Amino acid sequence: MRTASAILRKDLLVELRTLETVPAMALLAVITFVIFHFGLNMDTLHGQLAAGVLTVTLLFAAMLAVNRLFVAEREQGGFDAFLLAPVDRTAMLYAKAGALFIFMVALEVIALPAFALLLDPPCLGHSLPAVLLILFLADIAFAVIGTFVSAIAVHTRARDLIGPIIGLPLLLPALIATARGLGPLLANGSSGSPPAKWLAVLALYDLINALLAIGLFDFLLEE
Amino acid sequence: MSTHVRHLRGLTIATAVTVTAALILVFFYAPLDAEQGFVQKIFYIHVPLAIVSLVGYCLGGVFGLMYLRTGKRVWDMRSYCAIHMSLIFSVGGIIAGSIWAKASWGHWWVWSEPTLVSYLIVILLFCTYQPLRFSIEDPERQARYAAVFAVVCGAFVPINFIVVRLSAEYVHPRVLNLEGGNLPGPMKLTFYVSLLGIALLFATLMKYEMAAKEMRIETRRLRRTLLGDDAVRPLGRTASPS
Repeated sequence: MRTASAILRKDLLVELRTLETVPAMALLAVITFVIFHFGLNMDTLHGQLAAGVLTVTLLFAAMLAVNRLFVAEREQGGFDAFLLAPVDRTAMLYAKAGALFIFMVALEVIALPAFALLLDPPCLGHSLPAVLLILFLADIAFAVIGTFVSAIAVHTRARDLIGPIIGLPLLLPALIATARGLGPLLANGSSGSPPAKWLAVLALYDLINALLAIGLFDFLLEE
Repeated sequence: MSTHVRHLRGLTIATAVTVTAALILVFFYAPLDAEQGFVQKIFYIHVPLAIVSLVGYCLGGVFGLMYLRTGKRVWDMRSYCAIHMSLIFSVGGIIAGSIWAKASWGHWWVWSEPTLVSYLIVILLFCTYQPLRFSIEDPERQARYAAVFAVVCGAFVPINFIVVRLSAEYVHPRVLNLEGGNLPGPMKLTFYVSLLGIALLFATLMKYEMAAKEMRIETRRLRRTLLGDDAVRPLGRTASPS
């Protein structure tokens, strides 16, 4: 745990000082909302359409972060140093997944108000606790699968290509659950209570993928 | 004699016999479906291809796990063969499913059929296996990463199937599935013979490919011993150790 928190602290410090990833993610999210406005030619979105637009935008922004997650480690010898240290190798998974989770939360702090402003879905304020709960579980899915895919992709030649094309199908069940869970919450006259089925699906999917990632991550780090 | 060549002739003959028997049964023995008529017969191709390919993907995951545990490259080669063979079978399966959808529904693709949709997602995922594999240059790392990918995606297949099924709206009746239990006798026999034929075909083709790979490795080893390292040109994209 100490190793993981040390690496996490390092990543967050680097991000705070260089401000490379999160501002780009936020900018991409806002621009994507604008693109959706023009693509769909609608001023306000509601129901499943709003949920779909929000989910897809968060996904694209997550892919940006996934592409960059391990690059510094690879290029500046972080992997070698980590392998030499007498620590549990899964700590890297915990740290990087934690960093990606925090990036996604920071992104949503900017993207959700932008979404409310630009695309004006109904009942967003009323359903906010439920929306935040679903996004919390979705962010865990992005974090776990994104870290796993990023660790695979960083050692390949076609780094930026492999990450998204593997990550998107693996994320699809989580995206289905997120979009379907948010749909009723952003509809007119929504009750604001989260749909239990999709929460359960998201939680279970997070758990299964976390267990798989913890079990297999060590193999990705060997020399 | 290598493990993969050992029963190859018997298996090939058994496969040829079973597949021929299946085709004969499909066209001359199985009765016509009351609702869909002759078109329904593509079910005997589509469903066995789908089942065998999905099992093949999970087998690819199991073989990948065996490689991670034992470190023997033969398991990695088996994993590679299983996955790309399943990819070929599943592309055939989805084309057959699309033809069936067109004939039954009038559309080449239907989102209301959750089996077909989750099948498409699995195909898209495993299409990335070979690009991933061949973009890693170090052979040992390539094998290891491919094995990790195979394990995760093999576990993903049933999960994805369940989640997509949960998401389907049951507005349209699900016509593309004839549940095994509801099939009348002659149809059931034809279906199981088809399934057996396709499964044997998968196993035979895998054995052929593994045998070919082993033979190539052995030939290259002999050339290296007799003619020196320079006489053996490096292979391009390959999953087997040279």
